[in-house]
Amino acid sequence: MTRRPGLLTYGLLIAFVLGSAAPLYWSFLLGSHTREVAAQGVPPLLPGGHFWDNAQRAIDTVPFWKALGNSVLVSSVTAASVVVLSTLAGYAFAKLRFRGRGALLVFVVATMAVPTQLGVVPLFILMSELGWTGTMWAVIVPWLVTAFGVFFMRQYLLDAVPDELLEAARMDGCSQIRVFWHVAAPAARPAAAILWLFTFMQVWTDFFWPLIALPHENPTIQVALNQLQSGFFKDYSLVLAGTTLATVPLLILFVVAGRQLVSGIMQGAVKG
Amino acid sequence: MSPSPAALPAAELTPVTNPRPPWRQRLSSWDVRTAPYLYIAPFFVLFGLVGLFPLVYTAWVSVHDWSLLGGQGEYVGLQNFRDVLTNPYFAKQLVNTVSIFLLSSVPQVVIAVVLAALLDSNLRGRTVWRMSILLPFVVSPVAVAIIFGSLFGDRYGLVNQLLGGIGLDPVLWHVDRFASHVAIATMVNWRWTGYNALIFLAAMQAVPRDLYESAALDGAGRVRQFLSVTLPMIRPTMVFVIITSTIGGLQVFAEPRLFDETTARNGGSDRQFGTITMLIYDFGWQLRDLGRASATAWMLFLIICAFALLNLFLLRRFGVLGGER
Repeated sequence: MTRRPGLLTYGLLIAFVLGSAAPLYWSFLLGSHTREVAAQGVPPLLPGGHFWDNAQRAIDTVPFWKALGNSVLVSSVTAASVVVLSTLAGYAFAKLRFRGRGALLVFVVATMAVPTQLGVVPLFILMSELGWTGTMWAVIVPWLVTAFGVFFMRQYLLDAVPDELLEAARMDGCSQIRVFWHVAAPAARPAAAILWLFTFMQVWTDFFWPLIALPHENPTIQVALNQLQSGFFKDYSLVLAGTTLATVPLLILFVVAGRQLVSGIMQGAVKG
Repeated sequence: MSPSPAALPAAELTPVTNPRPPWRQRLSSWDVRTAPYLYIAPFFVLFGLVGLFPLVYTAWVSVHDWSLLGGQGEYVGLQNFRDVLTNPYFAKQLVNTVSIFLLSSVPQVVIAVVLAALLDSNLRGRTVWRMSILLPFVVSPVAVAIIFGSLFGDRYGLVNQLLGGIGLDPVLWHVDRFASHVAIATMVNWRWTGYNALIFLAAMQAVPRDLYESAALDGAGRVRQFLSVTLPMIRPTMVFVIITSTIGGLQVFAEPRLFDETTARNGGSDRQFGTITMLIYDFGWQLRDLGRASATAWMLFLIICAFALLNLFLLRRFGVLGGER
């Protein structure tokens, strides 16, 4: 397999990438033309100059900045929490010996297969009882830990930290938490970065739960997009300008961290 | 992440000058024994609260009258389940869900495997290719649904304009039942195919290269190598992708809900593309009947389990699982 692939391979790949990018370009295109042009169906293939007008109308229609801020807050807090708690638990499962470890690990893996939507009704009741519906607590707390995160970090730490190193640190008189902090945590950094990105994106793109748990005037960005469409569903220049604007933060994140994300998927899948 | 009390005195790395062995040793062995539990405790406590408890509680809610505003009513046994099963929309939305799921996951897995095989060659600019096929994955399902809702517009959508360009009649993507399923499946495929291709690619890269060399020596072409070497070697990943896309595909919600342009947003004027998860939302937060919403959630869970078992059976039947598992 050392020879270079032929034109057919590149042709198919280019076709696929164009297919991936075209809908995004289309949404930007319609978002950059006036309402009248966008309503006509296919606009000129070059963007018009009305993107910021449309974006401004979208921002005025829904609590856009507030929603964006909410999404940033919820996604960053949950991603940080998942990373910290999963690294701790994953390290314990990978490297420490304790009674009940096997059974508890089986439990963690089993819960990965249960769909989250099964629990939405009681979760909603629970949040109402706690008085959290409508607040950011309602969308942060259910995501503070994930079984996937624990399992993912365990798989990574199994190989990433040599047992001898841990032994040596302990012989030197390090307490458990010091061993974790100075030996395991630095070794876990690449996997932690991936887990952070994954959780961030997962929470950022979630729609079902925020739609249930948050009121109209305090949404996340996905729920705000939904409101944008429900109010003016024929005004595609407005809706698609808003969609583009809301997609940009993740695109930036992707360009900045995409290389790591790609290599992380590769790594996770091999080990998983 | 609170450090255990023992962490503080033992943290001194300097050699011990004034020996206090018994006290120190006892503290340190206490540290060794309790630390693992302290590390896993946050996960289990939080998970118990927001994961496990709701799961069990769903069963309790599903056998009660339970209104969104009034709270718990009286015990009704299996009445909620009967109500859901006899609701005419349940059967219809179940068929929709399965149809959309099949239209999305089957082509998705096939295209992803082929795409991964293309990427698993000595390409120029490897990372750039990998990143570009992952591009749709960062677009949220909500944005995807809005974008494709306009692409598949019944009157002026780009897709119908293109169809008209080659002399075909426009398709009523939002009205015709099967067409709407195709449109929604297209959204799901657009977002997930590249992602799954990368998962497959990761598995393919772990296949020893000398297997290909010996296959080539035996006269196998690229297609033959793919069928006889690559596919059998990536079986575990195949199982992983099929199971995860089954779980995801049967829960589809944002795409059909935002594809709907009617005011009720229940999946088309006649619910021709409503799904089971949309029915949960409808029962719970539009009809304010949490008992029936819970019963529907339980049935969705059982359906997912059934499909997971069916997947495993089919995979074993067609030998995809092979002997090594």
